[in-house]
Amino acid sequence: MSLDASSRLNSLRNGPDPRGRFGTFGGQFVAETLMPLVQELDAAYQKAKADPAFHEELDYYFRDYVGRPSPLWHASRLSQELGGARIYLKREELNHTGSHKLNNVMGQILLAKRMGKTRIVAETGAGQHGVATATVCALFGLKCVIYMGATDVERQKPNVFRMHLLGAEVKPVTAGAGTLKDAMNEAMRDWVANVADTYFLVGTVAGPHPYPQMVRDFQSIIGIETREQIMKAEGRLPDAIVAAIGGGSNAMGIFHPFLDDADVRLIGVEAAGHGLDSGKTAASISRGRSGVLHGNRTYLLQDENGQIDEAHSISAGLDYPGIGPEHSWLNDIGRAEYVGVTDQEALDAFQLLTRTEGIIPALECAHGLAYVQKLAPTLRPDQIVVLNLSGRGDKDIFTVAKHLGADL
Amino acid sequence: MSRIKTRFDALKAEGRGALIPYLQAYDPDLETSLEILRGMPAAGADLIEIGVPFSDPSADGPTIQAAALRGLKAGATLTKVLEMVRAFREGDNETPIILMGYLNPIDSYGPARFCKDAAQAGVDGLIIVDLPKEEADLIEGDAQGSGLDIIRLIAPNTPDARLPYVLDGASGFIYYVSITGITGTRTASEDELANALPRIRKMSDLPIAIGFGIRTPEQAAYASRTGDAAVVASALISTLATTLENGRPTAQTVPSVLTQLKEIASAVRGA
Repeated sequence: MSLDASSRLNSLRNGPDPRGRFGTFGGQFVAETLMPLVQELDAAYQKAKADPAFHEELDYYFRDYVGRPSPLWHASRLSQELGGARIYLKREELNHTGSHKLNNVMGQILLAKRMGKTRIVAETGAGQHGVATATVCALFGLKCVIYMGATDVERQKPNVFRMHLLGAEVKPVTAGAGTLKDAMNEAMRDWVANVADTYFLVGTVAGPHPYPQMVRDFQSIIGIETREQIMKAEGRLPDAIVAAIGGGSNAMGIFHPFLDDADVRLIGVEAAGHGLDSGKTAASISRGRSGVLHGNRTYLLQDENGQIDEAHSISAGLDYPGIGPEHSWLNDIGRAEYVGVTDQEALDAFQLLTRTEGIIPALECAHGLAYVQKLAPTLRPDQIVVLNLSGRGDKDIFTVAKHLGADL
Repeated sequence: MSRIKTRFDALKAEGRGALIPYLQAYDPDLETSLEILRGMPAAGADLIEIGVPFSDPSADGPTIQAAALRGLKAGATLTKVLEMVRAFREGDNETPIILMGYLNPIDSYGPARFCKDAAQAGVDGLIIVDLPKEEADLIEGDAQGSGLDIIRLIAPNTPDARLPYVLDGASGFIYYVSITGITGTRTASEDELANALPRIRKMSDLPIAIGFGIRTPEQAAYASRTGDAAVVASALISTLATTLENGRPTAQTVPSVLTQLKEIASAVRGA
C-alpha cells in the first residue's frame, strides 16, 4: 500500500500543509504542555511513513490479524429492491472486532510501540474504537485506559464488557452529557497529565495535526482496495461513494484515494438525529460553523457565543459535535457532498439491509444506507454506488429492539 | 505603560512577588462573582485572573470544570464577562485584569472586535489555553493593536530549544504551568520549581507567574519568591463551592473566599 501523497502535484490528496491545515481547517490548537507531544508524534509518524519496514509490518498485521482485504460485495437483492443503480458494499464490518476502526488502531499501535510508549489512552463513543484499541493493547501487552461517556457506557454495555474482557480499564465520564465529546476532553486531560509514557490513540480523523492526516492515511486502505476491486468487478470507477460521518474516519478512508477522480461523487452522510432543524442533531457540516475544539479548527455545532452544543443521534458513534477538518475543507471546496439522515430513516435502513442481504449493519452505516435508498432510484441501472459498510450491528441490537418495541 | 508592567515594576520596588487570584466569571452568579472580584484587591490581590466559562475546558480539573458549568448556567457569555470587567473598572483603575479561557468563544466573537472591546472594558491581558505560539497569529496582531498582552505559557516539558520560539515577542508576564497536568491536581515540588525557573530567566526578562496546583499560603509564598507571582485558582474555587447550597450562594460565600485570599496574601507579603 502507499501512504505517501507528497509526490503528487496539483492533487487534492496532498493535504495538509506544513501547518497541519486543510484550507483554513485543522491546525494544532492544544495547550503548551501538549505541543511537544504532538510535534514528537508528527516527527515519529513522518519517519515511520518513510520507512518500508513500517509498511511491511502494517501490511502483515492487516492481512493476518485484521483480515484484509475486506470484500467488495455486490448487493444484488438490495439493488433490485431499490431499483436503479448497482450497489456494492465495502465490507469493513468483516474486519476483526467488527468495524473499520481496527485499521487505524493497528497503524497507531505500531507507531506507539516505535515511540516506546507503554500506556495507551483512547476515547470512545459507541465503543467500536474502544474495543479495537483494547484489542491491540491485548495483542501487544500494553496498558489500556478507555474514556467513555457515562451515557454511552449505559447504552453500549456489550462493548463495555468486551473491553473489560480484553483487559482495558473503562473510565466512565460524567461531565457534560456523558457522550463522546466529554470522553475526548477527559482523554486529553489524561494525556496532559501523563505525558512521559502515554500515547493518545485518537479514533477518528480529528484532533490536532498530525492525527487527521495519520488516521486518514491508515484508513485509506479502504479506498485503495475499493478502487482495485471495483475496477476488477466493473472495469471502471463508481459513480458515487457513500459513507456515514461522525468524526469521519471511515468516509475519509474510502474517499481519499478518489479525491482526484472528479467524476466520482463523494457523499458523506451526517446524522440528522430528530431532523436537521430539530435542534437535536449531530450534523456538524449542515448545521455547524467554523470553530476550534479538541485541537483543530473545523465545523462545530455551537451556540452564538461559541459554546459547544451537545450532538444527538440514535447512534452513539455519530453524536459528536465536530467533524474531521479535511471533511470541512472538502465541503467548502465542493469536492464532497454532505447530507443528513434522521434516526428513523437509519432504523428503517437497518432493517432493510438485514432482510435483503442478511447483513446486520451498525447504526452508523445504516445512515449511509438510508441515503443510498434515496439515491439509487434516481440513477440508471448501469450506474454504480459503493457504500462503505463500516461496522456490524451486533452492538446496536438493544437500541434497535427498544425502538421496535421488542424486549430482549 | 500597561497596568501589568506598572504593577510588576511597583512590586519589584517593594521587593516582593505578586499574588494572582483567579475567579470564574458568573460563578455561581454575576452578583456574587462581581462582589468577590471587587473585594479581591483589598484582600491582597495584586493582579486578577478571570476565567471565561467554556463548555469544554479540556485543560482544567474537576473543580474549575464545575465552576465553568455554574457560570454558563448563570448566563455567562464573553460579552457579559466584558461587562463585568467594565463594572469592576468603575471602582478600580489600577489592578491588572487578565482573562483566561479557551479560544472558541473568542473566535466566535471575532478576534479583532474582541481585542478592541476587551481593551475598552479594561482588560489588560489574555491567557488562551488552547492557543500555542504556532497558532497565535490568529489574534496577536489585534491584541498588540489594542494594547493587550497575550500571556505566553511555558510547561515543564517545553524543550529548551523551543523556549526562544515561544518567548519571541512575549509581553506582560510569562505563565509557567508548573506541572504537566490539569488545574487543581498535583503540586510542583520546591525542587522542581527551583530547577525550572532559571532556564526561563535565561531567555526573558519578563516576570514569571507560577500556576497550577498552588493551594496553600506556604506554597503561594514559595512560588511568588521563586518566580515573580503565584496564581491561586482551584483552592479558592473549592472554598466557594463548599459554601453553596443547591448551587446558590449563601452568606458565607463571599467572605469565605476573601478570607482565604487574605491568609494567602499575608503569607506572600511575609515571604
